[in-house]
Amino acid sequence: MSKQHIRVTINGTVYEDDVEPRTLLVHWIRDGLHLTGTHIGCDTTSCGACTVIVDGKATKSCTMLAVQADGREVMTVEGLEQGGKLHPMQEGFHQMHALQCGFCTPGMMLTSIAFLSRNPRPSEHEIRVAISGNLCRCTGYVNIVKAVQYAAEKMASSEQVPIGAGQGGE
Amino acid sequence: MIPGSFDYVVAHSVPEAVGLLEQHGDEAKILAGGHSLIPLLRFRFASPSVLVDINRVADLEYLREAQGMLHIGALTREAALDTSSLIATRYPILLDTSVGVADPVVRNWATVGGNIAHADPANDHPATMLALNASVVATGPGGERVIPIEEFFTDSAFETTLKPNELLTEIRVPGPTERSGGAYFKLERKVGDYAIAGVAAYVTLDGNGLVTYAGIGLTNVGPHPIKAHDASNSLLGKPLDDTTIHQAADLAAAAAQPNSDDRGPAEYKRGMVRTLCVRALRKALERATGGK
Repeated sequence: MSKQHIRVTINGTVYEDDVEPRTLLVHWIRDGLHLTGTHIGCDTTSCGACTVIVDGKATKSCTMLAVQADGREVMTVEGLEQGGKLHPMQEGFHQMHALQCGFCTPGMMLTSIAFLSRNPRPSEHEIRVAISGNLCRCTGYVNIVKAVQYAAEKMASSEQVPIGAGQGGE
Repeated sequence: MIPGSFDYVVAHSVPEAVGLLEQHGDEAKILAGGHSLIPLLRFRFASPSVLVDINRVADLEYLREAQGMLHIGALTREAALDTSSLIATRYPILLDTSVGVADPVVRNWATVGGNIAHADPANDHPATMLALNASVVATGPGGERVIPIEEFFTDSAFETTLKPNELLTEIRVPGPTERSGGAYFKLERKVGDYAIAGVAAYVTLDGNGLVTYAGIGLTNVGPHPIKAHDASNSLLGKPLDDTTIHQAADLAAAAAQPNSDDRGPAEYKRGMVRTLCVRALRKALERATGGK
């Protein structure tokens, strides 16, 4: 069961490592690379706290092997802020008080960013469906939905291409 | 939770994947979307010594109609069904099914082939494929063979008639004919949970509104995906009205073999099969007669 060499671009930086095939992507990101903004919640593919964006698709990183990410592009919460400026999604979560404990927030934001990249002007219902695989136990989701709406408006008006945008659906 | 150790090999083509299965036999598992397999590995319910990753076999992801059938590449993601206008307009029963699978983030990777090949009676596509009378294509060292969906599942959960050196490569769904329609109804406790019960129904009517084909499949109410034959047969040659729909629903409930568990007592689940079957048949009728 030898280690395998992988090369993964995370937030624009190329990381190379030798990993055991059984290493989950989330464990490699957190323990191997010390990017601890990606959280582990349920460990059963239910809660979405570990969501990152892989090649444009929101992905539960507890349910992907690190070796599967070889050659792929990953975005984590650490990649959102650019040059001291918050991503519109982060700004929306701040402005709309969309978090209390903050544990679900990185996954919630990355799911929402991947979603807006293919549906830039969603209805409230579409937002609620899109984040239905990400659990929040504090807010009751109302302010999270407002934050995503805030980000959608801001991103549409500034015509800023969301970082890590890609085809999430097909 | 960390899986036990295994070797990992990427297959770039179907023949390469089949060759790896030939080489490793029972010891190998195919890794597609991984959203059933990786949790099983983490809980150590499965401990294959080799994973054959087929995610990079690009020509296994497609949805196309040809020869009167819908051909679904086994690696087609659920998210592709969710967003396909072909599926929404011509195969709404498949859209009903895909949007109920797990949650939208899971559906970015989860595959239709995996949902079927895993043969979990709690998975949603098996019931729908049974209702549709679909077939699957298995590719092995000797080439392809087509397996009717009913012969693909066995009496045991998580077991299929695929051979250890065969890969599920395609699902074939009969194309919609005039006056045909279907629907899938799933009752779940919350997004992402397995069904408490699910019912898929598909019907074809003749010019007088009499049923010439009926298929009814059940999710998560027995040890394997269930085709409710008596319920389907009871409709043949009859109009779909309140009486025939309720008779079929009673027979579907009788075909269910649910267990009591934390999703509810067996009798409740049986009752839900009856209710969902009525709804699925009404929706199927509506769609067969021109509704959405």
